[in-house]
Amino acid sequence: MDFSISLTINGVERRITFDDPRVTLLDLFRERLHLTGTKKGCDRGQCGACTILVDGRRINSCLALALSHDGASITTIEGLAKDDQLHPVQAAFIENDGFQCGFCTPGQIMSAVGLIAEGHAGTDPERVREGMSGNLCRCGAYAGITKAVIEAQKSAGEARTGEAA
Amino acid sequence: MNRFDYIRPTSLDEAIAAASQPGSAFLAAGTNLLDLMKGNITRPDRIVDITKLPDLDRIETLEDGSTRIGALVKNADLAYHEDFAARFPAVAEALLSGASAQLRNAASVGGNLLQRTRCRYFYDTASACNKREPGSGCDSLEGENAGQAVLGWSPSCIATHPSDFCVPLAALGAIVEIKGPDGSRDVALTDFHRLPGDRPDIETVLAPGELVVAIRLPAEAAGFAAHSRYLKLRERTSYAFALVSAAAMLRLEDGVIAEARIAIGSVAAKPWRAKSAEAVLKGMKAEPAFFEKAAREAFAEAKPSGDNADKIELGRRIVARALTLASAGTPTEMPALPASPFAPLPGASANGVAHV
Repeated sequence: MDFSISLTINGVERRITFDDPRVTLLDLFRERLHLTGTKKGCDRGQCGACTILVDGRRINSCLALALSHDGASITTIEGLAKDDQLHPVQAAFIENDGFQCGFCTPGQIMSAVGLIAEGHAGTDPERVREGMSGNLCRCGAYAGITKAVIEAQKSAGEARTGEAA
Repeated sequence: MNRFDYIRPTSLDEAIAAASQPGSAFLAAGTNLLDLMKGNITRPDRIVDITKLPDLDRIETLEDGSTRIGALVKNADLAYHEDFAARFPAVAEALLSGASAQLRNAASVGGNLLQRTRCRYFYDTASACNKREPGSGCDSLEGENAGQAVLGWSPSCIATHPSDFCVPLAALGAIVEIKGPDGSRDVALTDFHRLPGDRPDIETVLAPGELVVAIRLPAEAAGFAAHSRYLKLRERTSYAFALVSAAAMLRLEDGVIAEARIAIGSVAAKPWRAKSAEAVLKGMKAEPAFFEKAAREAFAEAKPSGDNADKIELGRRIVARALTLASAGTPTEMPALPASPFAPLPGASANGVAHV
């Protein structure tokens, strides 16, 4: 039996058909849509490598059944940069050495984008660490990740102030 | 993961009828169910996806002043709902101490009640587990059991219920609204989960096809808002299940405790309301000596289920400390950081409350 859902992925609406109800959003992207930026770490909701935004909110795509998300709007790491212009969070991760091997980085960055949008952490390192605790980094780049998120949070705040002015 | 039939009903009645068939499971976010299915711990033949059902995602105040939380409200949405968090701050604090931001954004409050234990033997299909496979035995009894239950356990099962959210709900007298093939019924949250006895595989009072549709908090539960805390001891500061946790609420009148509420988490197969400990505090001054007496009472019937006698003492200290924190007042910002229970107490004086 075939299943058909509609998803808006990184701004593009797509009609997707697949044959197995067990497919998660993570497996849909990686195995069927050739969007391999979203990483599979634990596949059990423990590491955060598969973090994506669904309707603007960060979730673990490994624990999200694709069929349950018919009609959703999704942003993956591939959807952040505008042409050659990196997203401010991506730029901040490079600037602050927010990674070493890079495997957890797409999930870290998507989680940071979600955290900044939620607006609960601000620039307090303790709150940033708490808000990012769902993303593990085996290389231990946490100090750089925290700095990157704080820097991106500050520039997001300035951008908002600029828009208001 | 086994293959399953996928059904997406458009009405509550249709969902209940579909899930009344043997081998069915309701799917909300799936943050626990899909994890269990990936591990072949749960193998439903049919999945009844309730995520698109209407009217289950509302937070509302009813005519009698009680607060009704739809079963599909996301954990994060409830925790950050300003009016709700102001009235029931310990519930918000508990929600924000659970899981990660990603999981809280996805997970539903109804699913939180129904999450399964995190006992490692339950998760390991090569181990004997009466909860996963009735009659197979319990490998935890003679195995790793430092984190297991100290209250309400049986020789069949010593696992704990891992929810943070349920602990303040138990303290505040929450009601679970259930709808099933035979109609609707209300069950007190403290009666919703079953103790293991000789059937640890039956974890709640839900009959086949029955669905949690909402959770209600009575109006009087908001009377504790000024002095409410949820304190969670875990092996790391964030993103870990509790070793032991406590919800403590006080209604103070001129420094005297008019009413106290206490519940303990991760000590039993259900959130554990400690009514006899609450009674100890009634009419007493909000002082550490009484908090310690109440904490001893809360664990009066506790006994180790293995190599976990230390958990009883840890639990007493967490209850006493949660009461001390509650007496100092509800924090103004959630999550209340630093989250470590070893952080200095707000307003701690030199008279020895810094390390209860």
